Amino acid sequence: MVNEKIAIEHGLKKEEYKKICDLLKRTPNITELGIFSAMWNEHCSYKSSKIHLKNLPTKGKKIIQGPGENAGVIDIGDDDAIVFKIESHNHPSFIEPYQGAATGVGGILRDVFTMGARPIANLNSIHFGSPQHKKTKNLLRGVVHGIGGYGNCMGIPTIAGQTSFDESYNGNILVNAMTLGLVKKNKIFYSKASGLNKPVIYVGSKTGRDGIHGASMASAIFDEKIEEKKPTVQVGDPFTEKLLLEACLELMAGDSIIAIQDMGAAGLTSSSIEMASKGKLGIEINLNKVPCRELNMTPYEIMLSESQERMLIILENGKEDIAKKIFEKWNLDFAIIGKTTNSKKIELYFNKEKVVDIPIDTLVENSPMYDRKWKQIKLPKKNKKDKEKFKNLKITNVLNKILSNPNICSKEWIWQQYDHTVMGDTILKPGSDSGVVRIHGTNKAIASTVDSSAIYCYAHPLTGGKQIVCESWRNLISVGAEPIAITNCLNFGNPEKEDNMGEFVECVQGIGQASKYLNFPVVSGNVSFYNQTKDKGIKPTPSIGGVGLIKDYKKMITMDLKKVDNIVLVIGKTEGHLDQSIFARDILNQKKGPPPEINLFNEKNNGETVLNLIKKNYVKSAHDISLGGIITGIAKMCIKGKKGINIKKPNYLIKQFEYLFGEDQGRYIVEIEKDNFDKVKEILIKSSVHYDELGIVTEKDIIIDNKSKVTIDELKASNKTWLIEYMSK
Amino acid sequence: MNSSVITFPGSNCDRDMDVALKKFGFKNKMVWHNDIELPKSDLVVLPGGFSYGDYLRCGAMASKSKIMQSVINFAKSGGFLMGICNGFQILTETKLLPGILLRNKHAEFICKNVFVKINNTENNYFKNIKKKTLELHIAHNEGNYFCSNEQMKEIEDHNQIALLYSDENGEINQNCNPNGATKNIAGIFNKKKNILGMMPHPERMIDSALSGEDGSIFFKNLVNNLK
Repeated sequence: MVNEKIAIEHGLKKEEYKKICDLLKRTPNITELGIFSAMWNEHCSYKSSKIHLKNLPTKGKKIIQGPGENAGVIDIGDDDAIVFKIESHNHPSFIEPYQGAATGVGGILRDVFTMGARPIANLNSIHFGSPQHKKTKNLLRGVVHGIGGYGNCMGIPTIAGQTSFDESYNGNILVNAMTLGLVKKNKIFYSKASGLNKPVIYVGSKTGRDGIHGASMASAIFDEKIEEKKPTVQVGDPFTEKLLLEACLELMAGDSIIAIQDMGAAGLTSSSIEMASKGKLGIEINLNKVPCRELNMTPYEIMLSESQERMLIILENGKEDIAKKIFEKWNLDFAIIGKTTNSKKIELYFNKEKVVDIPIDTLVENSPMYDRKWKQIKLPKKNKKDKEKFKNLKITNVLNKILSNPNICSKEWIWQQYDHTVMGDTILKPGSDSGVVRIHGTNKAIASTVDSSAIYCYAHPLTGGKQIVCESWRNLISVGAEPIAITNCLNFGNPEKEDNMGEFVECVQGIGQASKYLNFPVVSGNVSFYNQTKDKGIKPTPSIGGVGLIKDYKKMITMDLKKVDNIVLVIGKTEGHLDQSIFARDILNQKKGPPPEINLFNEKNNGETVLNLIKKNYVKSAHDISLGGIITGIAKMCIKGKKGINIKKPNYLIKQFEYLFGEDQGRYIVEIEKDNFDKVKEILIKSSVHYDELGIVTEKDIIIDNKSKVTIDELKASNKTWLIEYMSK
Repeated sequence: MNSSVITFPGSNCDRDMDVALKKFGFKNKMVWHNDIELPKSDLVVLPGGFSYGDYLRCGAMASKSKIMQSVINFAKSGGFLMGICNGFQILTETKLLPGILLRNKHAEFICKNVFVKINNTENNYFKNIKKKTLELHIAHNEGNYFCSNEQMKEIEDHNQIALLYSDENGEINQNCNPNGATKNIAGIFNKKKNILGMMPHPERMIDSALSGEDGSIFFKNLVNNLK
């Protein structure tokens, strides 16, 4: 009954279906076809991205586990390790924002605690269409409620995030969720099965018909029938997940578990196959034993359901009772559904009949891999700025306008809806360069940030890719953390189109170059293609989640200006690059030109020097310079510190607007005490780091070159009100 | 000083409370909701979180947990029982405290620092605290305190209002009411003042590196008063 037409309806290509028949030497039955389509879709197989991702740097002295597991793991000393990953849940969130976002958070939490780690922080990167688009407000509200609804109930603080608006997301929003967990180095759990005849255990929620083919949907292009796909969106139950977390950690304290894997995308299919594949074993499952929520579920439905809050565990023999007792204590389903075998096949039984019999290597090793055609994107020519235009601009008006820009304004309306203080260790809250949580009961703290810059990536993917890694690195350094590693969530359009594939390839190259140079390897990640509606793709949006260590949390640096009469320096050279800046795009309405150039030598040198100054206790506050340039950065420091500054533009060749609004990279603003200035200067000169004296901290007001003046209250209002007003309309 | 923190399925501030109680000198035990006996305690705490997922109604299912009979007996015989956030919701569901916590006015979860004015110091929870207001942290979706007019009259007649959302100086107005609570109520007592329910989380404010330290004032004072 299975034929080419049904295969194509499952998202497989004609050639792929032929390959399946050749590998099996027969026609698959419908359940088998479902399994192939789930394992071979883009989301699970990485068939278009694999050959490019393998070039990313993934190793380093502090890397315990790189990509290929449920999440990456890094060493933070004293037997402690941090497990982390970022993942997308874009398509479900567009169809059903609350559940889509909620289950995105649930999924990434499971990826982390599957490895034995207790989650200690959540982050997210969310991107919406133009604020004027009719769907944007409801999507934003739904996504924020969903992220909060899940994370708050789990009792994990959401410590940082990023929100942007751009018309390219009108028909395809992005929701990327990231989780960090803490584990002892010798108690990390992996997904590789080992040993024959070991019991295969199903725990967590019952299996229902929700989310069937969710992974295939994630690999499809949106069209006007998208609303019909609502039933493929999974429904989250954070309460069950909280129980599952506690039960798993309780079982993990002992020595019962050989391997464990959460049932995420493609549910029972991918979890069972991945565990067996990694252990080079076979797996046998009796589907009648799988706890089901609904009546008369077929093998096809059971295998492809994406019901949430479920785990698959391979236990040591004889540990079944210990495990059962723990899951019963937490009121969770527990069922022995199968065993490991030496067949190297997945064999499924239903009503005493064998319903699936597939060699595992055909699903995994033999899955398709494509070297898709891609087009290189040239660096655009610099735009000539009409400097006459500047004359009519009032600098303080421009500053107010930029501070209230949807992509710069305060996102307090969002993060106040996330519990960011539960667990009692959040020492730097959202709205900072990075979020910071202490490692409970120690002096150590972990800083984390999530960044993306679709505008730069769209203008020139190679530069954009490098830029995000650098921005992540700067955000960590700005709070006094030593950057260790990153996770990436690569959100792109249709890989079958040369332009979109080119954006992907070159962004990945850029990420690779920067992370290699900065010794800031990629330890985990996820690729989300087909982010487009009909013919229109999103701007390329890789999100980078960075993690760093602060050895003594008392040395953490914040961005609020601290003391009147302190000196404020700009570290790094300002060339006045305006193309693709907020100033050029939103004030001058010029959208062409190259993004700011990345100089990796300066990036590293400047960053390490700032970290050195922090270690020597010279830095009182710090902030990296990003969107909106120096003036936007210092304005935020003034707002946070309730202080002013008297700014004097250094005697450069460039104009005031270029100096203050240019988005050159590799720069920081730091506040130091007057008495230390000579010592700081000495270090900067010795390290060949360029610096400018920006000005002196004052009681109130920003005064620029003794001419323009604006109060901090006014700036604060500009910064704070846009989102609140937008959401209350 | 012995204390007990009850863990319900879905509690998520139980550990934070344990940390806080121990920091200020309590010998604390964690008690599972399915237990029947309460350990010998000078103070019992129902912690924050989402007991039973907040399904049905916040605190409704937890109020029927096995351990609750012992907790209710303990409180009725004069034992000190404190419910924070979800714990406060459980206390109203058990009817140990009057009223109910409705969904926040703007129908959104709120997580932020607030000031609360101490309304009554003639009890072991707030006696000897010199500050008029405390800066504490709230994190809830259902903190909008509500009760009938008769209940309010009784609450006021017996001086049962413990904490009121206020500004830094103790002024009570709608601008500092984060969730729409009737009369800005952030916490109430039973008539005997041995049972306290409040929405703010003092356990999140016990360290200068955190949001603030006014929680330390509360716990230090509590341990001294219960001695």
